[in-house]
Amino acid sequence: MNAQPPSTLPDLDRRTFAWFVDKGMQVLMFVGGISAIVFIIGIFVFITREALPFITGTMDFGEFFTSPRWRPTSENNPTYGALALIVGTASVTGLAMLVAVPFSLGAAIYIAEFATGRKREILKVLVEMLAAIPSVVWGFIGLSIMNPLIIETFDVPIGLNIFNAGVILGLMAAPIMTTIAEDALKAVPDTYREAAEAMGATRWQIVWRVVLPAARNGLVAAVLLGVGRGFGETMAVLMASGHAINLPEGIFDSVRALTATIAAELGETVQGSDHYRALFTLGVLLFIVTFVINLTADLVVRGIRKK
Amino acid sequence: MVDATAPTAAAEAKVAVRDLTIRYGDHVALKDVTLDIRENEIFGIIGPANSGKTSFLRALNRMDTFTPGMHVEGEIRFAGHDIRKINNLYALRKRIGVVFPLPVGLPLSVYDNVALSPRLSGVKKRADLDVIVERCLRRAALWDEVKDRLKSLGSLLSGGQQQRLTIARALSQEPDLLLLDEFSIAVDPVTTMRIEDVLKELKEEVTIVLVTNLVQQARRLADRTAFFLTGECVEIAETEAYFDGRVKDTRSSDYVEGRFG
Repeated sequence: MNAQPPSTLPDLDRRTFAWFVDKGMQVLMFVGGISAIVFIIGIFVFITREALPFITGTMDFGEFFTSPRWRPTSENNPTYGALALIVGTASVTGLAMLVAVPFSLGAAIYIAEFATGRKREILKVLVEMLAAIPSVVWGFIGLSIMNPLIIETFDVPIGLNIFNAGVILGLMAAPIMTTIAEDALKAVPDTYREAAEAMGATRWQIVWRVVLPAARNGLVAAVLLGVGRGFGETMAVLMASGHAINLPEGIFDSVRALTATIAAELGETVQGSDHYRALFTLGVLLFIVTFVINLTADLVVRGIRKK
Repeated sequence: MVDATAPTAAAEAKVAVRDLTIRYGDHVALKDVTLDIRENEIFGIIGPANSGKTSFLRALNRMDTFTPGMHVEGEIRFAGHDIRKINNLYALRKRIGVVFPLPVGLPLSVYDNVALSPRLSGVKKRADLDVIVERCLRRAALWDEVKDRLKSLGSLLSGGQQQRLTIARALSQEPDLLLLDEFSIAVDPVTTMRIEDVLKELKEEVTIVLVTNLVQQARRLADRTAFFLTGECVEIAETEAYFDGRVKDTRSSDYVEGRFG
């Protein structure tokens, strides 16, 4: 018999522990990755299923999008006009962005480009702490501090309005936008700054001419994330907006937001009733709007990259 | 020791460096370097890695303000001004063009890369910018390759093209002094030769400081060359002196002949 030649090669057919760990981790990571898709589809299916009987039955599309009369609890003649809610959410979010964009971009530029050493570290920690304040606390600030302040300063009858909710929401969204925008600015290679610096560009010229254009994608993403945050925020808006169904004529009018309506009314409804299903229809609307915002952000960013 | 305030040498040299010492924290990158760079010469600096060549360049246009921990002592006079005492740092840097080892194509179009510096200085008219951009790109031997795609991103050009773009950008500053830091590291030999030809022509108008790893490149281009070794300026001599044994320090000729480093 031929003796097996002594081999220095490892057994090529034996699967080692590391091989199994690798396979196992791949499966685990796959599950983690795929779960995001599963959840998003699951949520959409669930809220749509709850809303569908209303959408195909009682709902009048014309009324839903053009009428400000949201009277789901009327015994004789319930109406489901969501226009006031849509306008409420849009106006509050719009004002919030007017507040948040300059603040957050300014803060991000300062932290990323101008602040140094300890000052910068402290600022970063503070901004991150701001982002961690619960929304109900912001709502409380709107209710108990901003409310009397607005009444006194602007001499208006009620301080719970678009202005209050917009400012609160803007301050709430600013820290997270700052963090994302700062990441985008930090991702711009230092070689760009150095090259511009060597050309005799001032700090501001470097920021304006080189860093901001280079970070444009990330900055767009930061702003759109803030918009998404504004659309979805519930508690603070519920507390600060006045929660009145109303087509506003100015920023000192009270409004009601889509999210706040769902939060405030869902507990009071009978499961399966038109009112219940109408609230889920508002949920579908919110879902679609946020989806479109994110998709737009993605396409914008891709478009820029391709160019 | 040379008297730091000695006016004689400073008056005639484009750049007069006196007792220049550069530290990063406790680490001394360059110590007691004294040398003059003359008007319209190509001044070569050779030496192995960590010899302080790049630190020297960074000190010349005050990039130390951009580098945390970098401390510069001694005196550098540029065109008669002590660059540590001037009020407008940006104006100084505008007169000094820099080309880095790895090309930095800013994420702007080819046109905007070259037009950036003029724009920073306030040139606004499109026609004026067009003239500057074309002239600088031509002088950097890049115009023919990019004239049809001035609007495309500068960072999409090849490495060699980007390096010439960087040179065009430096020229758009209309500098008095051009600092080149191992510009040919990421550039193919053919392009390197083209850039070297460009530099020989430029010498008529600007003073050039050329830091290079390639001894032969220094020999081809530099009128005089300094040899830096671990932070010390060992030798300053006519470049040819390194090759025919006229240098004072044996380490200099050893280095160019490849016996160490």
